[in-house]
Amino acid sequence: MAIISRGFHGRRPPAGRKLPPGQYETTGFPVLSAGPTPWISTDKWELSVTTETGRRHSWDWTALTKLPSETPTADLHCVTKWSKFGTRWQGVSLDVLLADVETAAEYVLVSSYGGYTTNLPLEDLLDGKAWIAYGYDGRPLAPEHGGPARLLVPHLYLWKSAKWVHGLELRENDTPGFWESAGYHNYGDPWQEQRYRGD
Amino acid sequence: MTAGTPADTGIPRDAEGGYIDGNALAGPLAELFAVDLTAATSQCAHCSNTGPVASLHVYRQAPGLVARCQQCGQVMLRLVRAPETVWLDMSGITVLSIPVGAD
Ligand SMILES: [Zn+2]
Repeated sequence: MAIISRGFHGRRPPAGRKLPPGQYETTGFPVLSAGPTPWISTDKWELSVTTETGRRHSWDWTALTKLPSETPTADLHCVTKWSKFGTRWQGVSLDVLLADVETAAEYVLVSSYGGYTTNLPLEDLLDGKAWIAYGYDGRPLAPEHGGPARLLVPHLYLWKSAKWVHGLELRENDTPGFWESAGYHNYGDPWQEQRYRGD
Repeated sequence: MTAGTPADTGIPRDAEGGYIDGNALAGPLAELFAVDLTAATSQCAHCSNTGPVASLHVYRQAPGLVARCQQCGQVMLRLVRAPETVWLDMSGITVLSIPVGAD
């Protein structure tokens, strides 16, 4: 195989894997954050789902980790242009978490410990596309990567995979989150290169 | 390679705590304003604390710049730079007092 210089970032994606437009591969795991890292002990941790009628469902750490978990392998695409292939996670599918939640809502506003928010259509959380992840690479998820638990929605840019996830609000209307209200794309499909509003 | 090194991302690693001071806003704001806003004083819309813009806590290892109040930690300013547009949200600042020439 010919050696082709691809500049500073340099690496070819592993065979069979494709980079979305405008992305480069990294083998590290960059830590991005819009604020200080919240440190939440699992004793005090809680995840809630609130429906459009105000019905609230909640899970503490014991309840979450007793639910059947999956070990998805996912490619991550950050809007700051790095992509990381083949990351290994452990978490609970949103299909499991939302199985007993009755809703006609079409949108979700996700909120995190520390105040971060992001929005997405409910259907993007269903059918095996999203998890509440609490393990990474065989270990508990570290706080700088969103532990104790984060949302994982790998088919959208990584800002949608809210770290330190705390609540999911099911809503009839779409409400822009932290980055979506400051110029980033409302949906954020990396394959369509939906980085900024208007892309 | 360890996570998040400059070689991975081209993004400089910031001080412990993940933020640097408000002087980091000077370049991005100079693209927009004729005066140096880092020399201004800002009042936080959340806790009313007043202090120099240069003392805000700026998080830049992120999709945009996020400046937080040094007192209460709430967001005072967000700046996102796309190739053809800059989005600037200053809704976390109630008042800016900006020194100007007296003559
Ligand atoms: Zn404040």
